[in-house]
Amino acid sequence: MSVRSSSTILKPKGGAGTVPNWTSYCFSLAAENSFDDISNKVVADFGCGCGTLGAAAALLGAEQVIGIDIDSQSLGIASMNAENLELDIDFVQCDISNLGWRGQIVDTVVMNPPFGTRKKGADIDFLFVALKVASEAVYSLHKTSTRDHVKRAALRDLNASSAEVLCELRFDVPQLYKFHKKKEVDIAVDLWRFVPKRSRGENINVGVRCPLD
Amino acid sequence: MRLLTHNMLSSNIKGVTNGFPLRIEVEKVVEKEVEINHDFLRNIFPKIDWKAFSDASRIMGYVELPEEAPEPSVLESDLEFLRKFHHALLELHLEEGALVCPETGRKFPVNKGIPNMLLHEDEV
Repeated sequence: MSVRSSSTILKPKGGAGTVPNWTSYCFSLAAENSFDDISNKVVADFGCGCGTLGAAAALLGAEQVIGIDIDSQSLGIASMNAENLELDIDFVQCDISNLGWRGQIVDTVVMNPPFGTRKKGADIDFLFVALKVASEAVYSLHKTSTRDHVKRAALRDLNASSAEVLCELRFDVPQLYKFHKKKEVDIAVDLWRFVPKRSRGENINVGVRCPLD
Repeated sequence: MRLLTHNMLSSNIKGVTNGFPLRIEVEKVVEKEVEINHDFLRNIFPKIDWKAFSDASRIMGYVELPEEAPEPSVLESDLEFLRKFHHALLELHLEEGALVCPETGRKFPVNKGIPNMLLHEDEV
């Protein structure tokens, strides 16, 4: 499997959460310039944290953005960030693994899911739900070391019609959370674009536990 | 929370067959003006559950929407209708209140515009 523009290894610094601000920008550029998945679309940011990805999507012309996260503190900050940037973003507090959702209103899901270092497979759980909710595309970050596993899971188990690594990013994650053991770590992360398989008129109702559990 | 978001949220409590739509309890509604995008409205219209949407708008205090979904052709030329559709869908925000599961009656609180859909242990 080839990586498009594998020479593009971006090394950002700083930012909110563990996704540096300009990574969000590159993320949205990839979505917008290559695939037209952001402008005038309804975008959902799964595990939005402080809302960086959703905000980037809004700044790049998404018509409506919804941010979903489990943590009220992060959502409070995300709300404030959106207000400061004069962005009109709706936030919902929810656990992605039991999200109750209806319909095909969301075009694109963007996400920086938990990488599955604490709870194994957390990022695949997120991908499962994302592929059910998005009608057009899912943009997601996963560790490069799990590339083959992610591709197999997406195509074989999660009903993706395509799974493509757009570029590889490398960034320094400082010791942010209590479970981070090292002072700082340098990790390689793939930016993926997945396309869900969807039959016309299919009405979705999510909320089923991930079948890979 | 605007009504576009409400049109996507459903209750996922264990045992519930159809958790959509959530019933709205209003404590505070805020209106925030946003620029209208006619093409966006025309694209989104067929994806909206109209009954849930128009019922919800009435509870939020806006009575201008028809109960029955209009023919799509109305969106081509009727700017007045588009304006009302836009206003109800995107400019009305439930700031404080609750969303209620239609089957169990369980209330999901809405504070500062953010619905809390977290389930208790026994609801998963």
